[in-house]
This record gives sequence, C-alpha cells and structure tokens, in this order.
Amino acid sequence: MEVMLSILVGVLAAAAVYLMLARNVLRFLLGLILISNAANLTIFAAGRVDTGQPPLIPEGAEAPIGYVANALPQALVLTAIVIGFGLFAFALVLAFRAYSVLGTLDSDEMRVAEPVEDKP
Amino acid sequence: MTWLLTAPIIIPFATAVIAFLAKDSTSGRWWSLLGSILLFFASVALMAEVLREGVIAAQMGSWGAPFGITLVADLLSAVMVVITAITGLAVAIYALADIDEAKEKLGYHALFQVLIAGVVGAFLTGDLFNLYVWFEVMLISSFGLLVLGGSREQIDGGIKYVALNLVSTILFLSGVGLLYGMTGTLNLADLSLAVEEVENQGLLTVVAVMFMIAFGVKAAVFPLFFWLPAAYHTPAFSVSAVFAGLLTKVGVYALIRMFTLVFDHDISFTHEILLWVAVFTMVTGVLGAAAQQDFRKILSFHIVSQIGYMILGLALYTPLAIVGAVFYLVHHIVVKANLFLVAGVAQRLTGSTDLRKIGGLYKSSPVLGALFLIPAFSLAGFPPLSGFWAKYLLVKASLDIEAWFIAFVALAVGLLTIFSMTKIWGEAFWKPHPEGVEPVMGTIDRTALWPLVLPIAGLATLTIIIGLNPDPFVQFAERSAAQLLSPDAYVRAVLGGAP
Repeated sequence: MEVMLSILVGVLAAAAVYLMLARNVLRFLLGLILISNAANLTIFAAGRVDTGQPPLIPEGAEAPIGYVANALPQALVLTAIVIGFGLFAFALVLAFRAYSVLGTLDSDEMRVAEPVEDKP
Repeated sequence: MTWLLTAPIIIPFATAVIAFLAKDSTSGRWWSLLGSILLFFASVALMAEVLREGVIAAQMGSWGAPFGITLVADLLSAVMVVITAITGLAVAIYALADIDEAKEKLGYHALFQVLIAGVVGAFLTGDLFNLYVWFEVMLISSFGLLVLGGSREQIDGGIKYVALNLVSTILFLSGVGLLYGMTGTLNLADLSLAVEEVENQGLLTVVAVMFMIAFGVKAAVFPLFFWLPAAYHTPAFSVSAVFAGLLTKVGVYALIRMFTLVFDHDISFTHEILLWVAVFTMVTGVLGAAAQQDFRKILSFHIVSQIGYMILGLALYTPLAIVGAVFYLVHHIVVKANLFLVAGVAQRLTGSTDLRKIGGLYKSSPVLGALFLIPAFSLAGFPPLSGFWAKYLLVKASLDIEAWFIAFVALAVGLLTIFSMTKIWGEAFWKPHPEGVEPVMGTIDRTALWPLVLPIAGLATLTIIIGLNPDPFVQFAERSAAQLLSPDAYVRAVLGGAP
C-alpha cells in the first residue's frame, strides 16, 4: 500500500512541477493544488498504512487494547488540508484580482512592481 | 508559569479580535496600541523568568510531551519574543499616522496583530507541526497586509510573494511528514534524541536539505530570495517595516533551531552548504542593492545581504559564531525596521521614494538626517554602533578557524553596504531637490509628527545603547549560544527528568 501511495505521490509531484513551471499564473495554481495533495499523501503514507482497530480507549481502560491504527497522520493531514484550502482560496482571488488589475496572467509580463530600467 | 508562555500569543490574538470588531470606527488603532504595550510587558516578564529559571516549558492541555503540543522558551526564543514586541510596539505607534482610515476599515490592525501572534507562536513552539501552523498564521496575515489597498504594484508583488512562499510551505510540510515517518515524533526535543537512532542517516540528510530549502525561502537566502525585492517595496511603510524586521528572521530562527537541535548529525555536509549559501547571499544581496535607485528597494536587497551574515554564524558552527548570529539577529531587526520607518517619513516629505526624484531632506530636517544615519551606519558596521559588534563577532569567528576567504567576504560586503547607505544619504539628504521643491517639515501636521518620529527615535536609541554598552548583550548571546550548542537543558525542560 505504501508503495502504491509513493508512486502516486511521485506522479502528482511530477505533474505539479510541470504545471508550476508554466508562465501562466492559473496553471501555477493548479500545480500548487496537486503538489499540496502530494504532500498530504506523503504525511499519510509516512504514518504507515495498515489495518488496526480504531484508536479508541474502552471505558474503564487506561490505554487502547490490542493493535490500533495510528491516528496522528490523519489529524495532521486534516489540519494541512484545511490550511491549504484557505491559502489556495486566497491565492485564487489574488490571481483574479491580478487579471482584472494588470490585464494579464502571464508572469513574464507582470513588471509593474519591478519595471524594466531604462538603459542609461 | 504556563501563562508566561501563553500570554504573548493570546494577547495579540485577543487584540486582533477586538480590533476586527472595531474596524469601522477609529478605536481599532488604540486597541492595537494597547495590545502591543501589553505584549511588551508580557514578553519582558517571560524574559525575566527565562533568565532566572533557564529553559521553561509548558504542555498545552496537559498532554505530556512528546504527545501534546509543547511551548518552550529558551534564551533565544525569549529574546526574539522581546524584540518582536518592541518592533510591534514601534510599528503600532507609527501606524497611528501612517495607516489611513480606508486601510483601517479593511482590517489592517486585526491582520497586524495576527501577524505578531504568528511570529511569537513560531518563536515559542516546541513542536514541528505546530511550527508549520504558526508559519501559516504568519503567512496568511502577511498576504493580507501585503495587498491591503490593492494598488497595481501591490498585486504584482503579491503574486510573486504568495507563489514562492506557498511552494516553501509545501516543502516544509513534506519534510515534516518524512521526518515523522522516520522517527515517529514531532516534538523538537524528542526529535533531537530520536534522529540519532534513525538507521539510514543518509535519508535524514535528504530531509535536512528539504528543511533547509523550505526555511531558506522564508529567510530569503541565495538563490531563493527573489520574492523579497519583488514585494517588500510595495505595501504601506508600517507593513514594510514589520515584514523587514520580523518575517525573514523567523526563517533564520527556524534554521538556527533545526540545525542546532535536530540536524547536527552531518555537519560537514549540511553546514558546508549553509556556509556557501551564506557567502552568496551576502554578495548577491549587496550587489543587487548597488544597482537599485529606490529607497525601499535598496533596503530590501540589504535585508537579503544581512541574512547572509546570520546564516554565516550558523554555518561556521563554532561557539563564537553562534554568539555572533544571535547578536546579529537582535541588532538587525531593530535597525532594519527603523530604516523602513525613516523611508516612510522621507516619502511623506518629498512625495516619492525614487532617489532620482527626491532630495534636500538634510536641509529641511537635520534631525531626520541624524535618525537615518544611526541605523544606516549601524547596518554598515560603523563603530561604536550595534552593527559593528555583530560584524566583529562574526569576522573574529571566521578568523579563529582560519577561514580567511569568508572573513574577507564579510568585510568586503560591509564596505559595499556603506556604498549603498552613502548613496541614499547623498541622493535623498544632501543633493538639492531636482525640481527645486524643498521639502518642509511643517507639511506634516503636528498630530501625525509624533507617531512618526517617536518610534524612529526609540529604535535609534536602542541601537546606540547596544552599540555603546555591548557587554551585557554579548554575554547574553554567549549564554544563548551555549544553550543552543548543548541542548540538554532544552530537552530536559520539555521531556521532564529523563535525559
């Protein structure tokens, strides 16, 4: 299972890097979604994927009984998904504003903040 | 004791909530000021406790380490929190005059306080994933502050800033995942023990380099710094100042923390990379600055150049070099934030930050000239200002291990820094105004003048105090470096009795 997840992470990351190398900001953002999912799957796989009992402590016991699954990576991934979603929503709105204000999504043409200096 | 560690995080968050609710009136700015003052006292109380007790730790929700989230303050964390509070206070005062009502209505004060909370949280946390969360808190509020107002320059710079910082965040997150997979823990103190038992030390080095790149983007080191000069000259001056002072330094702090506490297994490899990164950062930053013609763009490139010195201290990894890095970190935050505040006043008086279009500032306001010279010469390393001692420690550290070339670069970059600072001085202060319009101090009305000048004068005074009386500060940095290089006290404070 880990092997399959690793391959999936690799494929996602490769596709993401390809998209992120594009000059178009929107393509970059799509690449960003893919690579953030690759990162989430990395955490998930790093916690070892196996079949244990749900990590619940029965009433009266001090510790879980028997072999239980690792719940921590899922908590981490959940946090990372929520944060990533928030950041991505912001980035998307920013890209939209950039298109309406600057009239382009080509990062090479975005030279307002750093204008090309006139040769002396 | 727990409240000492939580108060510096809770105060700015609570202030942010109040300021957000009050954003439609003008009372938000006063709440922000009050919150900053309270944070300052809380940080001083924390510092006093750390000086008395050594490293202190608190387990959130009483979940014992290494399972819960731990907040830890050693000397480095404590001094960073204090300096954050001082910078925050200075900028909160400055913002009284600098931030107009339109920006206040958009929630400037709430975003500013969340930013401060994120920075403080990053300095105090003892948990790697929690550090990621604080980075995000800091990042999202900095995004908001950067594009607040929405001018074309801001949107343009914002795209580059957001894009590169998000990539670094994802690298950081992947690194966290992989490190957890290898060690099964995320607590920094526990990690520092657990990494020794990892079988495949080569993989550990790979993860170390991932963290180096992720934090390197945040810290703006060569060749990952391009987002910084693209964005830092676009927002309001208060925002520039707090970014310049604090944000990149959180990256440097994270590098110092991770590469002294956790990744010290293969120093000949990782710290050698850091060393060359530091050299190139210093040189490219200062050369980039020499080519610029804008007040804030020059200062932005100098942030990059100065980050190189701090990384240099970490990379040399001798006790004296770490002392230098800690001292440099503290000195630099004060000086850099101050220079951006001066740039704001200069822009108000002359109407621009483009050095070709302005001039005559010294004639109209010699006081402002003096207040610029103090941080500028401190940045360049003139005795007896704070920057001199910072550079002296680092150059001496490199001479001690006979790294002649490194010492030469550090000194040469100092010389080029003077070149940039004198360029600003000559163009903005000495040269007559190109259009014959002499800037007049009286154009700033009285109610706006004090909030603008007071923080600049305060930070300049701090620079002089550190410069004339460096002994206690160097001794403090020595104690802090000793803690960093032998993390036993840190580990014991977090994990309890077991070493």
